[in-house]
Amino acid sequence: MSNSEKAQVVLRLQGITKRFGPVTANADVSFDLHRGEVIALLGENGAGKTTLMNILFGQYTADEGAIELFGQPLPPGAPRAALDAGVGMVHQHFTLADNLTVWENIVLGVDHLTAPTLKARQVKSRIRDLAERFHLKVDPNARVGRLTVGERQRVEILKALYRDAKILILDEPTAVLTPQEAEALFTTLREAISSGLSVIFISHKLHEVMAISHRVLVLRHGQLVAERATKDTNREEMAALMVGAEVSAPSIEARAAGAPLLSLRAVSTPDQGAAPGLKALNFELCAGQITGLAGVSGNGQAALSDLLSGLITPSAGEMALHGSSPARWSPRAAIANGIARIPEDRHKTGTIADFDLTENAILETYATRFSQRGWMDWGKARAFAESLIKGYDVRCPGPDIRIRLLSGGNMQKLILGRVLEENPDIILANQPVRGLDIGAVNYVHGELAKARARGAAVLLISEDLDEIMRLSDVIHVISEGRLSPAFARGTMRPEELGSWMAGHGFDSHGMDTGAPDAA
Amino acid sequence: MRLEPIEAPSTARRVIPPALAIAATFLVASLLALVAGGNPFAVFGLILKGAFGSKFSILETFNSATPLIFTGLAIAVAFRAKLWNIGAEAQLYAGAVLTVVLGTGALGLPAYLMLPLCALAAMLAGALLLLGPALLKTRLGVDEVVTTLLFNFIFLLFVSYLLEGPLKDPMGMGWPKSARLTPEARLPRLVEGLRLHWGFALALISALVVWVINTRTTLGYEMRAVGQNAEAAGFAGIPVTRVILKTALLSGGLAGLAGFSEVSGLKGALTLDLSPGFGYTGIVVAMLALLHPLGVVLAALFVAAIFVGADSMSRAIGVPSYLADIMLASALLFMVLAILLTKFRLRRD
Repeated sequence: MSNSEKAQVVLRLQGITKRFGPVTANADVSFDLHRGEVIALLGENGAGKTTLMNILFGQYTADEGAIELFGQPLPPGAPRAALDAGVGMVHQHFTLADNLTVWENIVLGVDHLTAPTLKARQVKSRIRDLAERFHLKVDPNARVGRLTVGERQRVEILKALYRDAKILILDEPTAVLTPQEAEALFTTLREAISSGLSVIFISHKLHEVMAISHRVLVLRHGQLVAERATKDTNREEMAALMVGAEVSAPSIEARAAGAPLLSLRAVSTPDQGAAPGLKALNFELCAGQITGLAGVSGNGQAALSDLLSGLITPSAGEMALHGSSPARWSPRAAIANGIARIPEDRHKTGTIADFDLTENAILETYATRFSQRGWMDWGKARAFAESLIKGYDVRCPGPDIRIRLLSGGNMQKLILGRVLEENPDIILANQPVRGLDIGAVNYVHGELAKARARGAAVLLISEDLDEIMRLSDVIHVISEGRLSPAFARGTMRPEELGSWMAGHGFDSHGMDTGAPDAA
Repeated sequence: MRLEPIEAPSTARRVIPPALAIAATFLVASLLALVAGGNPFAVFGLILKGAFGSKFSILETFNSATPLIFTGLAIAVAFRAKLWNIGAEAQLYAGAVLTVVLGTGALGLPAYLMLPLCALAAMLAGALLLLGPALLKTRLGVDEVVTTLLFNFIFLLFVSYLLEGPLKDPMGMGWPKSARLTPEARLPRLVEGLRLHWGFALALISALVVWVINTRTTLGYEMRAVGQNAEAAGFAGIPVTRVILKTALLSGGLAGLAGFSEVSGLKGALTLDLSPGFGYTGIVVAMLALLHPLGVVLAALFVAAIFVGADSMSRAIGVPSYLADIMLASALLFMVLAILLTKFRLRRD
C-alpha cells in the first residue's frame, strides 16, 4: 500500500472509552484501518488490547465512542454484528470442536450441519480453494482433535475466510508456533492483504510486528500513545513506547559451568492425555548455568516441569540430585532438596487467588518456618511478606490484600521472592515471563541471572526462542517428549533450533533444516 | 444478561445484597402471612416475642439453636475445604447411638469421666462415619455428595433397627426408644430450674475452637488452602489428601457432638425423632453464616428463633408455623443470590 493514495477505510474506531470501576481499560482510543493494510496493535499485558477487541466484537459495550464498519455504524453490544459485517477473529486459545472434522468446524455457526441445503461436497471444495489460494494446507476431512497446533490455527483462519471476512484480527497468533510455522502464517497474511483483506495483528513480539505490519499502534494504560509507520520506526523505539521508558535487558557473560546438580538418566514418564511424557531423557543441570529448554508448547515441557517440581515420579530411569537419588519424591522433597519452582501458571498453580500476600508468601514454607507445633506465627509470616514486598519490588498496597488484585508481574515477583529467599541451588523457571510487561520481564530475567552468578543451576523453559537464546548458556530442544543434544550458547541459529522444534533431527541427529511449510 | 466478576468489591457491594436478601425474605413471608389471613406486622411481632419475649422463650431459643450450631460448624468446616458433607444427619445419629451405648448403665463411671467419654465417643463415631466417604473421594474419586447423602437413609434405618432390637428399652412399653441415660451421663442444666443445658455452652466453645483452628493453626491454613485451590496447595507441598481426611474427621466429629448434646442434654434417650433434620438445616445455617464459625452461632440463633417464634405465633393467631420453613428456605435462596451479587455484577447486553 502506498502512502499517496488514500485507501478505503474499512474500520473506524472513534473515542472508545471503557471503564471498569475505577480502572480505565480504554481511554479515548481512535484509529482507522484501511483496505489491504496490516495494523499491529502493540502493548503490554493489561494495556487494553483485549478489551478493545472485545468491544469491537460486542462482548463489552463501550462507555463512550463509536465504531464504524465499512461506513456503517456498528451497534454496540451485539456479538453477531461484527461477525456478520465481515470481521473474523482468531483467538489465542482456539475455539474449535475437537470431535468434529475440519470442514464441519468451518461451517459450524454459519450453516446447520444437518441443514438439507448443505452440500458437503461444495463446502469442501470451497474450503480447498480457499486453502490453496491462501497457502493454508489442511485436509478438510481430518478430525480437529488430531491436528497440530499450527494446523488448528489454519483452520481458524479458514473459518474466518469462509465467512467472507474482510477484516482479520489475530490475537498473539505466533505464541504457539515454530518459527517456520510463523513464517508460513506470514505468507498467508501477505496473500490475504494482496487480495484486499485488512488485518489487525495483536502481538508483543517486536520482530514480528516489524516483519508484517504497515502501521504500528502502541497502547499503554488504555491510551493510544503512539502511531508509527512501521518503516519509520525500529524495535528499540517500539519497546520504549510500550513501557514508556528506555529499558535494558540484563546481559549474560559467558562463564564456565560448575558441577552437575541434577541429572536425569534415561528418564521416562507416562503420557498425560494428549500431552506426551518424557521419552528416555538424559539431561543435566550444572551449577552456574542457565539451561534453556526450547520447544513448542505441549511437547513434554509439562512432564519435565512436573517431574522436577515433585508432582510426578519417573516411570523408568533414574533421577539424581547432588549425586544421589532422593528416596521419596514429592513437592516437599523437591523444596527440601533446594529446588525453587516457578510454575507455568502463576494464577492456578503458583498462588491462591483469594489468599492475601502473606498467606501466599508462606505457601511452601509455612510448615517449616512459620509455625510451631501446629500454631501459625502470623507475625513472622507478615514480616516475611513485607520483606519480600520490599526486597523484590512487589507493587501493592500492603501484605493484607488478596493476591488476585495484583498484576501478573507483581504476582510473579512475589513468587520469585518466595522461592529465591530459600537460597535454592536449582531453579526451575517454567515460562517465567509469559504475559508480563517488559519492565517485569527484565526484572525476572535479572533475578535469574543473579542466581546463576551465585552458582545456581537454572532451567528456563520457554516457548519464546528470543528469550531462550538471550539467556541460556546451553540450549536443549524438546519435541514429543524427546530431548535434543545440548547446544552451546551462540552455536545455533533460530532456524536450526526451529527445525529441531518441528521434530526434525531426533532420529538421525543430522541437521534437517528443510521446513516443509515455509514458502 | 450475563455476570461480570468484580475484582475489588466495595463495602456497599458486600453489605447491600445480603441486606436486600433479608428484606426479600421478610417480604415473601409477609405476602404469605397475608394470604393466611394474618397481619404481617402482628405475625413478625409475635415471632419475635415468641423467640425472645421472655426468659423462658430466650432459653428455649438457645436450646433449639444448640444442635444447629454443631451441625452448622460441621458443614462450615467441611465446605471450607470443599468437602461436601451432606451426611451430618447420619453423623449426628452416630454420635447419639454411641452416647446411648455407653451412657445407659454399661459403665459405672462418675459424671466427670462419663460425660467426656461419651462426648469423645460421639465425636469419634461421627468422624469415622465421614472418614469412609472421604477415603472414597480421595482414593477413588467417588463423589462425596452422593455417598454422604445416601448414607443418611441407610444409617437412619440402622438406628431404627437398633431401637427395635439391641438398644430397645425393655421398660419402654414397646416403643422404639432406647433406655434412658443414667444421671452420670446427663449434661447438667446451665441455669438451675430451666431447660437450658450445658450443650449450649459446649456449642459456643466449639465455635470458638473452630474459629481458632481456622485462623491460628497450620491445619486451618491448610484446610483453607486446599479449599480455595487444591492444585496450588498440592504444588506448594501441602499434603492435600491428608488435609481432606483431617477435615472429614473434624467435621464428622462436630456433627457427632450434636447427637451427644441432644441425647445427653435434652432428651435423655434416643428415639427416631431425635433430629428433625438438624443435619440438613445445618447446611442452611452454614451458608447463611458464609461458612464463618462465629457467624454459624448467629445464623443458628436466627434459624432457631424463627422456628421457636413461629410455633408460638401459630398458637396465638393461627397462621401455620410452616411459615418458618418458608422463611428459612427463601432466606437461603436469596442469600445464595446475594452472595453471587457481592462478587459479580449483572450486565445487560
